[in-house]
Amino acid sequence: MANPGGGAVCNGTVLNHKKQSNGSQRGNCRKNGIVKEAQQNGKPCVHKTAIEPLEEAPLYTLVLTYMGYGIGALFGYLRDFMRNWGFEKCNGAVEREEQKDFVPLYQDFENFFTRNLYMRIRDSWNRPICSEPGPYFDIMERVSDDYNWTFRFTGRILKNVINMGSYNFLGLTASYIEQVKDVLDTYGAGVGSTRLEMGTLDKHKELEALVTKFLNVEAAMVFGMGFATNATNIPALVGKGCLILSDELNHSSMIMGSRISGATIRCFKHDNLESLEKNLRDAIIYGQPRTGRAWKKILILVEGIYSMEGTIVNLPGIVALKKKYKAYLYVDEAHSIGTVGSSGRGVREYYGLAPDDVDVYMGTFSKSFGAVGGYIAGKKEIVDYLRIHSHSSTYATSMSPPVAEQVIQSMKFIMGLDGSTEGLQRLRNLHRNIKYFRGKLKEMGFITYGNDHSPVIPVLLYMPSKIAAFARLMLKKNIGVVVVGFPATPMAEARARFCLSALHTREVLDEVLEAVDELGDLLNVKYSRQNKLKHSALTNGTSFDEEESCEEMSFELED
Amino acid sequence: MGFRQVKEYLAWLYFQYQIISCCEVMEPWEQSMFNTIFLTIVAMVVYTAYVFIPIHIRLAWEFFSRIFGCHNAVAS
Repeated sequence: MANPGGGAVCNGTVLNHKKQSNGSQRGNCRKNGIVKEAQQNGKPCVHKTAIEPLEEAPLYTLVLTYMGYGIGALFGYLRDFMRNWGFEKCNGAVEREEQKDFVPLYQDFENFFTRNLYMRIRDSWNRPICSEPGPYFDIMERVSDDYNWTFRFTGRILKNVINMGSYNFLGLTASYIEQVKDVLDTYGAGVGSTRLEMGTLDKHKELEALVTKFLNVEAAMVFGMGFATNATNIPALVGKGCLILSDELNHSSMIMGSRISGATIRCFKHDNLESLEKNLRDAIIYGQPRTGRAWKKILILVEGIYSMEGTIVNLPGIVALKKKYKAYLYVDEAHSIGTVGSSGRGVREYYGLAPDDVDVYMGTFSKSFGAVGGYIAGKKEIVDYLRIHSHSSTYATSMSPPVAEQVIQSMKFIMGLDGSTEGLQRLRNLHRNIKYFRGKLKEMGFITYGNDHSPVIPVLLYMPSKIAAFARLMLKKNIGVVVVGFPATPMAEARARFCLSALHTREVLDEVLEAVDELGDLLNVKYSRQNKLKHSALTNGTSFDEEESCEEMSFELED
Repeated sequence: MGFRQVKEYLAWLYFQYQIISCCEVMEPWEQSMFNTIFLTIVAMVVYTAYVFIPIHIRLAWEFFSRIFGCHNAVAS
């Protein structure tokens, strides 16, 4: 199971890349993981599944978090009372006078939360930017005069804010302006039709051939929007009488697709193979509810990297289960395509499995490739079926040609087809940045979730006003971060989420780490109780050597 | 431990109190209201402790000493 069964082709491609990079670096004495691997043996580096414990905070933190929400709720009731009795003008949504006797629209918990808790800290989100989302970007400055009910722009632009929030993992957002301009001149911006009518361009064919080669599958199909890829294709694959086993933390696009399809949905605990096995066994033993008939299909939905936790799915375990119980597997590689795996081909390559082990590969082009859109890849029969039966191919306009060109150029860059090894270099940069940043955060004492190889790094902050303070103070220091609270995460586990990019240099990361360290002390968010090492100086050379030995050690353990 | 460090530490403690009780994201009049209520409760707790704890300790001491005193009287 560990050897890629896809044949010599897969091995050969990967080896070629390694040899190229080996040759280009033999001149310098720089040591890094690639050279070591090529020297040790010819096998690409495969990972066993890592244990990813989600560390819990000390009890007083949770108590204080709930207390904070309780105080916020008490004041929320007070403000609602004042608004209801006319002591204060209501800026939020209210029913019209004629509708006051109808069933109330705005009294449920979500509206209460939005009106009283979310509004107070709303300036941390939806900040408009006015440049490309590279490693630095510009933000329009905005202020609020009435405590975040309305905003106005002062006209000033905050320049060169460090970008730790965009999904620009490989830094390819503005790399191919000339080629995209040429395609824009030839084809224009809009396609004007759906795939089934007159919207299939030669650019789409070229892109689909490239995606097929990239993932080492039989066929692929591209769609104009990543969310719509999930929402419109899952209904085409499963229907009534089928069972969907979906991870409890799946993205809302998959949840929407599952609900639209009409199949029965059962959730299993996040990344928990016992829970999945129990659900599979119950499904096969008891069959459909009421009739007891066998399920027509059982589809397991997982993601490659979960965007809120940063955990990587335990793919070998799930593939073993699927083979044992004869289910189908659908992997959404939105964040993991182009970022994990030794040549960026996703979680399958990361674990070294055969291309046939996953039935349906899905991914998006909006993260590592700097464009927009999604793809579905797999066996030729599945993709041919989807070409006819997918809702997206029948009703949605196909992908815009300049966007397709951006993806084509990015993919060629990552695969090395443009003649250089720079694509692989960028991937290595990203991996190095991830290792460095995560290691430093753990050392400083923050609780971080997720796998050590994922480019998405959540740092737990827990309390509602701490996330607002974190976002505002980081912006004052000219760093833009994304903070997430309820309802995207559980109520008590609000976090700040860092997304690293290959274009972040060591100095930029050091600057961000220094700011995070300072804010961590100011806000008292260093909750980790595991091996709190003494905080060493960030900018001395020992950090680089530490990293070498870590890579060395981890490689020996894997062998 | 200079005076400046103490002041900074107290400012940090006040900031922690504001953050944990969500005062930092509230409007000024809400902050004043919460501070007033909180200080009132703390003052009441302190006053109750000041008035009642010494008396309770004295009564408890007498109670236990009487038990042991009787025991001694019986034994001897």
